[in-house]
Amino acid sequence: MPTPEPVLTGRLDPSGTGRIVNDFSIQVATVNGSGSQTANLVLLRSIFQMGVPVSGKNLFPSNIAGLPTWYTVRANRHGYIGRKKEVDILVAMNAETAREDVLALGAGAVVVYDDWLDLQSLRDDLIFYPVPFDRVAAPAVTDSRLRRLARNMVYDGVLSWLLGIDLDEMRHALRRQLARKPKALAMNLAALEAGFAFAGESLTKRDPFAVEPMNATAGMIMMDGNAAAALGCLMAGVTVVAWYPITPSSSLCETLIGYLRKYRMDPVSGKATFAVVQAEDEIAALGMVMGAGWAGARAMTATSGPGISLMAEFSGLGYFVELPGVIVDVQRAGPSTGLPTRTMQGDLASTAWLSHGDTRHVLLLPSSVQEIYEMTNSAFDLAEQLQTPVFVMSDLDLGMNMWMSPPFPYPDTLPVRGKLLTAEKLQELGSWGRYRDVDGDGIPYRTVPGDGLPAYFARGSGHNEQALYSERQGDWVRNMDRLARKFETARALVPPPEVSLDPEAHVGVIAFGTSHWGTVESRDQLRREHGIATSYLRLRAYPFTPALAAFIQRHDRVYVIEQNRDGQMLALMRAELDAPLIAKLRSVRHYDGLPLDARTITDDVLRQEGVTAAAPVAAGIASGGQ
Amino acid sequence: MATPTTTAPGGKTNRLGLGVQSYRGGKSTLCAGCGHNAISERIIDAFFEMGIDPQRVIKMSGIGCSSKSPAYFMGGSHGFNSVHGRMPSVATGALLANRQLIAIGVTGDGDTGAIGIGQFVHLMRRNLPIIYVLEDNGCYGLTKGQFSPTADIGSTLKNGVVNDLPPIDTCALAIQLGATFVARSFSGDKKQLLAILKAALSHRGTCMIDVISPCVTFNDHDGSTKSYSYVKDHDEPLGDIAFVPFFEDIDIDYEAGTTKAVTMHDGSTLLLHKLERDYDPTDKVGSLTVLHAMGMKGELPTGILYVEQERPHFLDLLNTVDEPLASLPVGRVRPPKAVLDEIMEGLR
Repeated sequence: MPTPEPVLTGRLDPSGTGRIVNDFSIQVATVNGSGSQTANLVLLRSIFQMGVPVSGKNLFPSNIAGLPTWYTVRANRHGYIGRKKEVDILVAMNAETAREDVLALGAGAVVVYDDWLDLQSLRDDLIFYPVPFDRVAAPAVTDSRLRRLARNMVYDGVLSWLLGIDLDEMRHALRRQLARKPKALAMNLAALEAGFAFAGESLTKRDPFAVEPMNATAGMIMMDGNAAAALGCLMAGVTVVAWYPITPSSSLCETLIGYLRKYRMDPVSGKATFAVVQAEDEIAALGMVMGAGWAGARAMTATSGPGISLMAEFSGLGYFVELPGVIVDVQRAGPSTGLPTRTMQGDLASTAWLSHGDTRHVLLLPSSVQEIYEMTNSAFDLAEQLQTPVFVMSDLDLGMNMWMSPPFPYPDTLPVRGKLLTAEKLQELGSWGRYRDVDGDGIPYRTVPGDGLPAYFARGSGHNEQALYSERQGDWVRNMDRLARKFETARALVPPPEVSLDPEAHVGVIAFGTSHWGTVESRDQLRREHGIATSYLRLRAYPFTPALAAFIQRHDRVYVIEQNRDGQMLALMRAELDAPLIAKLRSVRHYDGLPLDARTITDDVLRQEGVTAAAPVAAGIASGGQ
Repeated sequence: MATPTTTAPGGKTNRLGLGVQSYRGGKSTLCAGCGHNAISERIIDAFFEMGIDPQRVIKMSGIGCSSKSPAYFMGGSHGFNSVHGRMPSVATGALLANRQLIAIGVTGDGDTGAIGIGQFVHLMRRNLPIIYVLEDNGCYGLTKGQFSPTADIGSTLKNGVVNDLPPIDTCALAIQLGATFVARSFSGDKKQLLAILKAALSHRGTCMIDVISPCVTFNDHDGSTKSYSYVKDHDEPLGDIAFVPFFEDIDIDYEAGTTKAVTMHDGSTLLLHKLERDYDPTDKVGSLTVLHAMGMKGELPTGILYVEQERPHFLDLLNTVDEPLASLPVGRVRPPKAVLDEIMEGLR
C-alpha cells in the first residue's frame, strides 16, 4: 500500500529550506526489559558527540519487564534541554502502545515502526517509515535469543540514515557502552549497520528533520544527577553513608559506593576511609546518619518521598538535638506509593516542616547536574556550620536522566566543620554549655565523643543551655527562640537565588530545581511569540533570602512555577511574606508525572495573563495584579 | 585521657587511677526500689573495676524509664537519649564515625520488643560491638503500666487484665540472629550481673544482656512474673560465673570437667562453672534447646547463655581504617583533582 503524502502544516520550518536542523524530539516506545537502553544511550551520545545540544529522558513504568516505556531524545540547537511536549519522531517498537502513540502525534510527525504493526493506515498526516526489524536483524544476529535485543540497534541505524547522524559517531558511542563486552559489541555493531544499510536501500527520505554538526558540546560531559550528587558527596569527604533502596534514589548510593571503593581505600593500610551500611529501613538510615553526625562524621543518606515520611521523627531529633547530616531527596510523584518512576517536586512543604512541634529545615534546590554536585558538597558544610540536617531536593528528572554539562570544578574551599569546641576556645570562653549562644547567631559550640573535651548528654527532651533536662518554661522558650535565630542565620549562609532582571518586565517568574529548564525556554516563547518580557528568579534554597521579597516587590505579577498540585513552594512563601507581596503571586503547577515542558508553562501564563495563544500582545499590557 | 578525680580518703582507685566517683552520674529520678537503679550501680562498678576510660564511652538509649538511666551513671561520658526504639541505629552511626568508642546501650522491653524490634533484630545480626542492656520489667512504666511484649502469657496487670499473648524471648532471638554474647540476669543478683557486665566489656561484638528488673510501681504484684518475689523463686542460674580481667595477675585453677574457660577478646578469662545441669554456652543449638525447655517449665535460666568468639564484628567486616572516620583529615577523605579529572574525562 503506498504511503500517502503527509501534510506538513504542523511543523515550523523557519529556514524555508524544507529542512529542520538540530531542533526535534525523538520518542522511542518500547517494552521495559527489552534492552533498549543501550540503543537509546547510543542515539543520545552520537548526537552529543556531533556537537548538538541534546537531552535524554527515560519515561518508564514501575516494573522490571513487560510494561510500556518511552525514551525521549531532544536535540536543540538553541540549547533548550528541558522536555519538549511535542513528539517529532516516533519509533514505535511496542505493539501494545503503538496505536495510541501514533494517534497522539501532531501533524507532520515521523513514525518509524515495525512493519507488521501496519500503522500507516491510522493517519494520513504523518510520515511513515515501515521497517521489518526482525528481517533486518536476522542476518546480523544469528542467535535468535539475542535478536530481540539487537532489534533496538536496528532503529539506531535507521535513524542514523534518516537524520544524518554520523554512523561513525554511533559506532563510537556503542563501543563506549560495550567496551567490556566484545561479543555483544560485535552483534550490536552488525545490527546497527544492517539498519543503516536497510534504510539506504529501502527508504526514501520525506521528512524535514536533520542533524548537522555543531560545536556546542565541546568539552561538555553527560551525566545523571544521582551520579553527580554521589560525586559531590565523594568530594565533600563523606565518611558514613547509610541508605535504604528506593526508586528513584538508589543509583545515587550505588554510584557513591563505586566511587568510594575505587578512590577511598587508604593506600597504606588498604582499609576503607568510609563506612557504608544498607540499613533495614529509612528510619534506621537516618538514625545512623544522626548518630554519626553526633560523633563528628560527615554522614549522608539518599531517599525519596516515602523515605522522607519515615525520617520525620529523626529529622525532628536532628533539628532539636542539633546534629549535622545530609539527606538527598530524589523526589517522585504522589502521596503513598504514588508513581515511583515519575517525577515531581512534591516533598517541599513536608520536608521544610518535617517532624512535629515547630521544626524547620534547610532545603537546597539544585537545577542541574553541576549544581547538585556543588550543592551536595556544600550541604555538608552547611549541616556542620548550622548543626542541623540539610536536605538536598533533587527529583527523578534530574536524578535519573542524562544531562549535558560543563565539567565540574574541583572544590576550591576546604570542608567547613563548624563550631567544634577546641581546648583553646574552651580556655577563651572559660566555661562551656552545649546549647549556649555565645556568638549571637544561634549556633552553639559542640563537642564530640572521643575528643577529650567536656561531654554532654544529648537528648530529644527539653533541655537548658547546659544540655541538662529541663521542663522550665523559660529554658524551653529560650531554646526554641535560639533555634529560630539559628534559622535566621541560615538565610545568610544558604545559596542566594539567581536573578535575571529584564528592565521592561512587569511580569516575574520564579522557578527552582528542574522546573528551571522549561522556564527559561518558556520565557523565550513568551517574549518571541507574544512580546511578553519577564524577569526571572531561580530559587536555590529554603529558607528564602531577602532577594525574594525584593524581586516580587518590583513586578506587578509573579508566577511561581512548580511541579506539584498544591503550589507547595507558593505556600512556603505565603507563610512568611507580607500581604501586598503575597497578592502579587500567581501559581503555575504541573503534576502529571512527566518533566515540566516550556509549552505547558507558556500556555498557563498566557491564560492567567488573559492572552489567548492566537492573539499575541505587547509587553506588560495584560491585566494588572490582583 | 581522663583526668583522675579526687576520691574519698582511702578510696580505691582503678588501673587508670580513677575513683568510683568518676563513674557516677546524676541523681536518679526513677522510683525508689526500681530495678533499673540497681543495674546502673552494677554498670558503674563494672566500668570502674575494668578501668574503662569514661571519655571513650558513649551511653546510648531509646525512650522509656530504662532509657533515662544513662543520665544516672558515668556523667563524664557522652550520652544520647534518642528516639523510641531506634537507639541501635544511632549507636551504629556513632560507632561507624569512631570505632574506638566503647558503647553501652540501655533499653527497655517496650523499646526493644515492640517499637524497636526491627532495629533490635538488625543490630543482633550485624554483631555491632556494643553492650546492649535490656532492662526488662514486662510493662511500660513511663505510660503507667501497660503490658510489653516480654510479659509472660497469663500474667496480669495491677487491675487484673490478663495477658493472653506469648512473650518474646529476647535472648533466644538474639542467639538465633547472630549476637555473639547473650546473657540473662536479675537486677537483684549483684554478683552475677557484675560478672556478666565485666565479661561483656572484654568482648568485641554485640553483648545482649536481658536483665529482669522489676517495676515496683506497676508490675511488682502477685499476678506478675516480673516481680521481685517471682523472679527470686524462679531464677535458675545455669552456672557460676567467675571473671578474671586480663590486667589482674591471678593464677587460674579450675576443674576441667565442670568448668569451662573462655578467653575473651581482650585476653581476660571467663570461667563458667557448671551447676547440676549440663549446659554449654558455646553450643548455639544446644543453648536454644535448653532455653526453650526451661521456659516451658516456667523456669528462668540466668547467666551467660551464649558466647561466640570467632565471628567478626560489624566494624571489622566494614574494614574501616583504625582511626576514627570522624576526624580523618581532608587529605584522606577528599580525592585529589586528578581523580575528578579522570571521572570527568570518562563522561565526555
